[in-house]
Amino acid sequence: MQSTPEITQQVHQWLNENWDPEADLVQWRTLLAESGWGAAHWPKDYFGKGLSAEVSAAIEDVFADFGAVGTAQTGVRMLAAATLLEHGNHQQKRQYLRRILTGEDHWCQLFSEPGSGSDLAGATTRADLDGDEYIINGQKVWNTSAHHAHYGLLIARTDWDEAKHKGLSYFILDMHQPGVEVRQLSQMNGHASFNEVFFTDARIPRENLISTAGNGWQVAMTTLAHERRSFDRSRENKRVKQKGRIFVELKKELDISNEPYTWYPQRAGRVDLVMQRAEETGAINDPVQRQEIARLHILSESAKWTAQRAKAAQKAGKPQGPEGSLGKLAASEIARLAARVHTNISANDALLTGPNSVHDGVVAEILVSVPAVSIAGGTDEIQRNIVAERVLGLPKEPRFDEGPFRNVQRNSAAKDPSK
Amino acid sequence: MAFIFTEDQAQFRDSVSRFLKDKSSTSEVRSLMATDSGFDPKVWQQLSQQLGMTGVHMPEELGGAGFGPVEMAIVCEEMGKSLYCGPYFASAVCAANALRIAGDELQQETLLPEIISGEKLACLAVSEGRGVWTDEVFSTTAKKTDNGHLLNGRKRFVVDACNADTLIVVANDDHGIGFFIVDATAQGVSITALDSMDPTRKLADVQFTDSPAQRLNNSKPEQLRLLVDIASTALANEMVGGAQTLLDSALSYTQLRFQFGRSIASFQAIKHRLADLLLELELAKSAAYQAAQTLAGSALWAANGQIAHMDKVTEHASLAKAAASEVYLHTALECIQMHGGIGFTWENDTHLWFKRAKSSEVFLGTPAEHRERMLTALCAQSTDLRNSA
Repeated sequence: MQSTPEITQQVHQWLNENWDPEADLVQWRTLLAESGWGAAHWPKDYFGKGLSAEVSAAIEDVFADFGAVGTAQTGVRMLAAATLLEHGNHQQKRQYLRRILTGEDHWCQLFSEPGSGSDLAGATTRADLDGDEYIINGQKVWNTSAHHAHYGLLIARTDWDEAKHKGLSYFILDMHQPGVEVRQLSQMNGHASFNEVFFTDARIPRENLISTAGNGWQVAMTTLAHERRSFDRSRENKRVKQKGRIFVELKKELDISNEPYTWYPQRAGRVDLVMQRAEETGAINDPVQRQEIARLHILSESAKWTAQRAKAAQKAGKPQGPEGSLGKLAASEIARLAARVHTNISANDALLTGPNSVHDGVVAEILVSVPAVSIAGGTDEIQRNIVAERVLGLPKEPRFDEGPFRNVQRNSAAKDPSK
Repeated sequence: MAFIFTEDQAQFRDSVSRFLKDKSSTSEVRSLMATDSGFDPKVWQQLSQQLGMTGVHMPEELGGAGFGPVEMAIVCEEMGKSLYCGPYFASAVCAANALRIAGDELQQETLLPEIISGEKLACLAVSEGRGVWTDEVFSTTAKKTDNGHLLNGRKRFVVDACNADTLIVVANDDHGIGFFIVDATAQGVSITALDSMDPTRKLADVQFTDSPAQRLNNSKPEQLRLLVDIASTALANEMVGGAQTLLDSALSYTQLRFQFGRSIASFQAIKHRLADLLLELELAKSAAYQAAQTLAGSALWAANGQIAHMDKVTEHASLAKAAASEVYLHTALECIQMHGGIGFTWENDTHLWFKRAKSSEVFLGTPAEHRERMLTALCAQSTDLRNSA
């Protein structure tokens, strides 16, 4: 087996021979995919080198140092890839993985529904087998980038007489067909980062079922596990400042994939702006404001150190302590307190969004974006259940959703799709 | 800088923890808190001499183990867990560090070995007001005489003064303020024990009337600040230890207690609050550990390389003190609430920790005062320094 320095040396050599900033983006990435260097931790049979995640990270560093563009690693397409690699069959992997790496295909996730958010397994979108096709009817929501997507990762119910988690199946859905309607969903902060997707007799060929019918929940768990590993965009975003045709194309791609996320820093509360605003407004001299600013500083520093403790322990190969499961709840606390502090510091200036506003209306955007933090990706209440049950080992919630899903009580307002 | 305990530190914690579990059970705490001295000299001797806890952060040439604030903080956290009753905080943390900071070589060599070995007990007398140390105006005076100084004044809230052989006293002299050593049995020293809601921490008023004292020769007024940082860091670590015991107690009781046919820990009204307590506690632990880590980089301990900026040391110490105080008290109150009626009884142990939480919350300054102290230290830093941790 080769050592990491030998491998990175080899990658460097390969880039020396092949890298061309004036290349066509898709052509370059096709070359990368075929070489295996674009996703080195993937298996050899599917555009990878079968190397460890650590070596693969070292290879990404070589690309970064070299200033070369890597494969398309943003957005839901990476969740699709991870899910396919784990659960897809040979045919599915050959068909989709290469175009994921080249960035030619956009993907979206079709999981949440109006009637099942926290309780994801309560999905009621139907998938009925009709000959060699599944017929899809129902509605999904909170689908990031669905309006750009070529394919969707869909969970739908194939068996209503099985228990809740066992009647679901997982599909690849072609988004460009008559039975699929995508509508942008406007948020209270004026952005529209998500969509609703409506299915009216949409069709999925049988070979697009991932794993087996009824195994959809297990497959979805793989997708969600990868969703939690957030992707660091900063590196790619820095690269687009380089010169060459390929970077012009890359910038276009990143503008599209970053667009839904422009308000995310504001959603987190912009703690980084607090001291600056306090000094600008003189709030830094007010003893009451100082107490609140100090509380925020304590909270955000403690959360940062807690994350570092978790990371250091993980790196040292220690079993994960409770500190690793608390980041999301801490982030909600920080965002809420930051919104309050920003309000108190800016007072009526916090309201303004137009040309006369402070810092281009960023304070107002903080205030109308923060409520999303404690909801998106698992509400605080669900997080507390998880921490209480999995970390503290407390008793599970009593269940009222066992037995055939057909008989489980559901939202009464919606038309019952099981009928 | 990321924080993780080394293998050696984890082993040290284990041995401290095993010792205290054995020697500082709640029945032991209950019997000691009813005594005047509030500690067991035999246990003190063992922890000083056999386990080396009193000198873990002191230099080897003076009889210490040569480690630093992180190891000292481990002892404090474990003592907080078991509510250990004894003069560790007063003698090993406050007084010994004061001697290290303000004493000259000869004074350190004369006084520290016996304090490190636990044979002699010392305490640090600072406050003359509300016991907060940070905003004190001193009226105690040290008047120079031919062979030393004479102290006059009154100190309040002096921890373990009743047990001390030696008192280290902050007083005004010609140089501003300085640190002075007084023998507890010296002429004109009058020590009055205070009845306190928290009987596990022994407080006293000390009156000095023309009491002969020796000045610590390297005394400088700004040294008090570092001592507040050290004491705050130690106390913060003690507090997160205490809060951990309370959380464990709430977790175990709510799972045992059945009402309406289910354990009360299965109600979200309880389990969500326990999850929140865990979050608060883990955040405060990170702050307490970080404060110890930053202190280890201060001039007193940094073996080589970069010395931590004093504003950073103060920022992190007060941050930890404020965070840990609030979490400890909140956990104590929640623990009582989750126990229901039994939690308000004398027989139940929760009140012992509640009282220590209360006395730790106000000792060295309230959380609000430490938030202010932290923010002042933060504002004193350049933007570059503020953003680096």
